[in-house]
Amino acid sequence: MVKEKWQEVSPGCMVFTPGNAREYHTGSWRAERPIWDNTKCIKCGICYIFCPEACIGQDADGYFMADLDYCKGCGICAQECWPGAIEMVEEG
Amino acid sequence: MAKRVGMEVGIAAAEAVGLCNIDVAAVYPITPQSHIAEHLSNIVADGRINAEFITVESEHSSISSLCGASATGARTYTATSSQGLMFMHELLPIVSAMRLPIVMGIANRAVSGPLSIWNDHSDIMPQRDSGWITMFAENGQEVVDMTIQSFKIAEHKDVMLPASVNIDGFQLTHMVEPIEFPTQKEVNKFLPDRKPFATLHPDKPITMGAFAMPDRFAEVMKAKDVAIVNSKKIILEVWKEWEKQFGRSYNPVETYKAKDADVLLVTMGSMGETAEIAIDELQKKGVSVGLVKIRLWRPFPTEELKAAVKGAKVLAVTDRAVSFGGVSGPVGMEVKSLFYHEKDRPLITNYIMGLGGRDVTVEDFIKMAEKAVEAEKKGITEEYEFYGVRG
Amino acid sequence: MNIVENFDLFAPRLVDKKEYFTSGHRSCQGCGEALAVRLMCKALGEDVVISCATGCMEIVSSMYPATAWEVPWIHVAFENAAAVGAGVEAGLKALRRKGRIPDRYIKSVAMAGDGGTADIGLQALSGAMERGHDMLFVCFDNEAYMNTGMQRSSQTPFGASATTSPAGKVSYGQKTWKKNVPEIMVAHNIPYVATACPSYPLDFMRKVEKAKNIKGPTYIHCLSVCPTGWRSASNTTIKVGRLAVETGIFPLYEVENGKYRITVDMPEPLRPVEDYLKLQGRFRHLKSVEIEMMQERVDLEHRKLMNKVNNLQSWEELEEEGAILEVWESVLAGSEGYIE
Repeated sequence: MVKEKWQEVSPGCMVFTPGNAREYHTGSWRAERPIWDNTKCIKCGICYIFCPEACIGQDADGYFMADLDYCKGCGICAQECWPGAIEMVEEG
Repeated sequence: MAKRVGMEVGIAAAEAVGLCNIDVAAVYPITPQSHIAEHLSNIVADGRINAEFITVESEHSSISSLCGASATGARTYTATSSQGLMFMHELLPIVSAMRLPIVMGIANRAVSGPLSIWNDHSDIMPQRDSGWITMFAENGQEVVDMTIQSFKIAEHKDVMLPASVNIDGFQLTHMVEPIEFPTQKEVNKFLPDRKPFATLHPDKPITMGAFAMPDRFAEVMKAKDVAIVNSKKIILEVWKEWEKQFGRSYNPVETYKAKDADVLLVTMGSMGETAEIAIDELQKKGVSVGLVKIRLWRPFPTEELKAAVKGAKVLAVTDRAVSFGGVSGPVGMEVKSLFYHEKDRPLITNYIMGLGGRDVTVEDFIKMAEKAVEAEKKGITEEYEFYGVRG
Repeated sequence: MNIVENFDLFAPRLVDKKEYFTSGHRSCQGCGEALAVRLMCKALGEDVVISCATGCMEIVSSMYPATAWEVPWIHVAFENAAAVGAGVEAGLKALRRKGRIPDRYIKSVAMAGDGGTADIGLQALSGAMERGHDMLFVCFDNEAYMNTGMQRSSQTPFGASATTSPAGKVSYGQKTWKKNVPEIMVAHNIPYVATACPSYPLDFMRKVEKAKNIKGPTYIHCLSVCPTGWRSASNTTIKVGRLAVETGIFPLYEVENGKYRITVDMPEPLRPVEDYLKLQGRFRHLKSVEIEMMQERVDLEHRKLMNKVNNLQSWEELEEEGAILEVWESVLAGSEGYIE
């Protein structure tokens, strides 16, 4: 992000671009990544609901996956996946 | 031309607010501001204006709730005094940083302790660096006029800063004075609805009050400083417009018989009128003395003050607050620093007086002027003096 | 697996897919509070203005020039979220009445952490609730001043080691019991008070929706597990929250017009508090004597709550004329006789 001159600072530090925090990728914080075993996944979506990062989405077939740009690797999805379809794997 | 009516100045301040088509007021009672609060709530209760009146549980919440209201685009007003202003202190720089054009009436009163409900400027002086446009009224007419002007100045697209109108507690707020009110129609013409720069509304979601890391904070501060410095241009424009429409002129610095005077008294607030009488008497005696009144405290009228005192040999700057352990009183320091780089700078004496409601009479101003005349001969022996203190 | 968990399985199909609190926010891994905020926003939808206190959620979401918010959002200071929210409500109400903004209902929602609610923010909160603003206040309670480094608050539980109530040679940590803010809110006679926890997402979101649709002041106290401050594993956030409920430490209930109702069944008998404590480093130092003290108090608090659930009637049941409700209506009507 380019650093503004004082003349370019938004009045009152107002931000007019909702959700532009997405430009910052928290995925670099991650030590482990979630891997889905789609043979075990029942597409219940509990992983989606419990993700604090709002980074779990569905693919065309309805299976879930994490957007690794944002996934911080907390492991909640793997812990809460009751069919045991998600495994946390150490980042290489 | 509207008729003059005799009215208590605090009530008149509320009446002035009533003419400004405000949307939200949030006021917490404190002496000597309470008549403003009460009368404004009467105006709302009688349905004379279409506004929300929030009966907040503290001054902290009055200014906080107005932050929320102003951020939705509402025109907002509050009034306070002394401890109430001190309680608001945390929020004041945030209001200006968020560029919210809240207008506040301040019934100036001493700050505890010991507790004193009486007038001086020790409540507003600690707010000096908050980024608020700060004016001092000298009489009831100025209170009414400045209150209306303040909304227009604060909300101007090139300003977007909060503004306060300072009204000496009791000595002005509780005086009954003849005041000329503009009509509603005239005010509507002068002060149309607020056109906010940005508002909190789901149709265009924005984030207000984001925080800044060290790599941006200084730029934000610079931008805020430039905004308040540049606001003077708009203040002057608005005052010109006011004069054109209502015939009463306003200047950042007013002078009274100051031309070619060797010694100039410098006052701020309602004591100017007492000082004027002292000047009259002194001039009758042939003393070369005049009066300079600072009306606009922030942004500080640098050029105007320099021009107003040009040629004077001594400035006797009066202060109604103490900067404990400082170089001078707050106004004294400001004026001294202003002239440091001037080649032909005047001597500057500084009198701290009128604290906690202590009377300052014509006689006192005469004495201060005479002391200043003496200082011209003997030089300055101390940076400031507690005028009239026993001991 | 209990019934509640089974119910939650179908959650994704029932919730708003849009994210109003977006990815890229900088909360710690496994933050229960960020999850709770995300779920709250889903339940609130678009027509809100959020006033946020200083604290974790403010810091992680609003580093200028970035924002994680897709809804209008304002932060002013630490202790005044309720006052700011009250002003937002008053501003929107006046502007709508005067035809200066579209004639549409927008909910004012204020949010704060436990410090910004129960300690430094209590006065502003009480004032806003007492005055009857049409607003929802949500407390995201992570049981200490987490943003400044886990110092104790009035919401830090008995026995927890916080950085200003540390366990030491002669101390077992926090000595006071959690101040009961929901009960303080009930004492304000507001129409709706609830406790919640994102471990029970549908329960939480249902409560937020309910509060949103009630005209008048409403309050939700949401337990938000903080892996960093509680020294629990980041993947156990949901589990820890669930255990807080199952042990009776943080029961989920709502108080609607004076009527108490448990919204998430707790096992009978309650699970021992030790099951909850042992997952968290902040309780690691506790000896059996303190754990027993805690168990006794939890049992007592549970009986107190059940006593209210079983015996207290709603205002409608108590009053023939429904006087309290009428008072709220007149408060909300304001000067213009303006009622939604």
